Amino acid sequence: MTTTDTPVDNGVNVEALLGARTALTGAPEAAQFQWRASCEWQNGTHSRSTVEGFFGLGEEQRHRTRHSFDADHPEIFASQDNGVTPVEYVLVALASCLTAGVAAVAQNRDIQLRSVSATIEGAMDVRGILGADSDVRNGYSDIKVTYKVDADASPDDIKALVAQSQKRSAVYDIITNPTNVSVEVS
Amino acid sequence: MRTTTVVVGAGQSGLAMSQLLSARSIDHIVLERDEVAHAWRSERWDSLRTLTPNWQCRLPGHGYAGDDPDGFMTALEVANFITDYAKATAAPVLSGTTVLSVRRADDGYLVATDQGAWHCRTVVLASGAFNRPKVPAVAGAVPSGITTLTPFDYRNPDQLGEGGVMVVGASATGVQIAAELRRSGREVVVSVGEHVRGPRAYRGRDIHWWMEAAGVLDERYDEVDDIVRARRVPSMQLAGSDERSTFDLNALTRSGVQLVGRLAGINDGRAQFSGSLRNKCELADLKLGRLLDTIDDWAVASGTGDGLPAPHRFEPTAVDAAPRLDLDLRSGEIETVIWATGFRPDYSWLEVPVLDDKGAVRHDGGVVDSPGMYLIGTPFLRRRKSSFIDGSRADAEDLVCELTSFLDNRASRRATQHH
Repeated sequence: MTTTDTPVDNGVNVEALLGARTALTGAPEAAQFQWRASCEWQNGTHSRSTVEGFFGLGEEQRHRTRHSFDADHPEIFASQDNGVTPVEYVLVALASCLTAGVAAVAQNRDIQLRSVSATIEGAMDVRGILGADSDVRNGYSDIKVTYKVDADASPDDIKALVAQSQKRSAVYDIITNPTNVSVEVS
Repeated sequence: MRTTTVVVGAGQSGLAMSQLLSARSIDHIVLERDEVAHAWRSERWDSLRTLTPNWQCRLPGHGYAGDDPDGFMTALEVANFITDYAKATAAPVLSGTTVLSVRRADDGYLVATDQGAWHCRTVVLASGAFNRPKVPAVAGAVPSGITTLTPFDYRNPDQLGEGGVMVVGASATGVQIAAELRRSGREVVVSVGEHVRGPRAYRGRDIHWWMEAAGVLDERYDEVDDIVRARRVPSMQLAGSDERSTFDLNALTRSGVQLVGRLAGINDGRAQFSGSLRNKCELADLKLGRLLDTIDDWAVASGTGDGLPAPHRFEPTAVDAAPRLDLDLRSGEIETVIWATGFRPDYSWLEVPVLDDKGAVRHDGGVVDSPGMYLIGTPFLRRRKSSFIDGSRADAEDLVCELTSFLDNRASRRATQHH
């Protein structure tokens, strides 16, 4: 609900999303997307990944520009810190996905957002990845996301925005549910 | 053999239509594979009672006349209530008659049964929405040695071994069965996905009293935002009991039931649970809050709230700081798995192309996408209460008008054609 008569604008083209949802309901083939990245080892634990093209709506697509991501381990891991760690990319992915979802849901529910910020913390026992204790998992034991949202809405409506964002989030699903991963050598 | 209307199924929906067809002198039969109200008699567990209070169990011209209107009939009592209705209305039921197929034919339909075939102009699909249990594909990976049951197999705790039970699903069926098994002293784990939380009573009245009074149960299918989603909403976590207990997840937790997230997979005998439990519980808490807001707003607007206890909200669902994410089904911790994962209708006999790619009937508020065919008794068919007994009553009243108009139009078209 807005305090003035200006329409709610969080920058999300919700009509396009709803239109896509309707169009794709009867066209499952067009809804099949494939996202991609390629990765080149640089040196040590440093690698550089590139994202450029993806497949969707029945044909090859491209981002406007090519994006590069350096990943590495930090100096306390006896490494060079040429980029953030892969596990930090995962936290970025989750925060980005949930935040985009908050904006989309807010637009759909006619709620004007003024600011949205999230902090995200992942707890990890590194004995897992070091192979020091087989009872310890490699990944996060816990991920906590905290949102601060300033919007024209009640606290319950804001909670509902954030809850709905999780319900429809790809990365939230990827992290909380199992996914088959196959790794081959060609 | 010929008739005007064939009604498939002699449960509350089929009999409601039948009574209204009789009142309009529309020639019809009700085909029932077993006996009247068979599903109520034979397809559920012993302690099942209605979710709705007895006063709300209404069929056309027939209401609950017992001495406990605020109570909840047992499944057997409901079966008798429906059977009495069939007798009182002299419903033309052919029991022990299984429909083998329904096909289009000439000026209507051909219904083949194991007792002969019927030609008719119109068909009413009243076979029910809950004919088969839905069991997830992951069930195939449950290690042998574990007993698995669906709600169709489960009758009472004495059927099971003494070991731990994992109930998959936390809607009405799941919470009732979990509570009953926990009371029997067994260790119970409940796997929780999307669910609808609801208290039995609020501000001194039954939740169904509020939902009816505030108009929630009469919300129409063509007035909701997303009817496809609304039709898939699971049953509220309610049960009928003399104590009017609430069966939400907090009640289960207090009784010692362990909650885990949605069953996401079984790998090498290990059940994996989603890390989304907290979100699912929060979504249910928020949804309940919205329902109570609707109720409180209506209470103010209607003046009903005067003299009632003040509005309040229920404790948020308590979720462990770190719910377990897996369970080794080979460890002996769990002896039985119960799939409280929903039900689906069986339309295998329906040979008219009215099913969508998910196997559901294509219809507009019960008017099926084939001339002269109607559907009744499925969730949110025309109203939020469509799958409740009182919903069958209301929907039958609408659909018999549709059917009558259809026959009248046919007759007048035929009449004009002869000129």
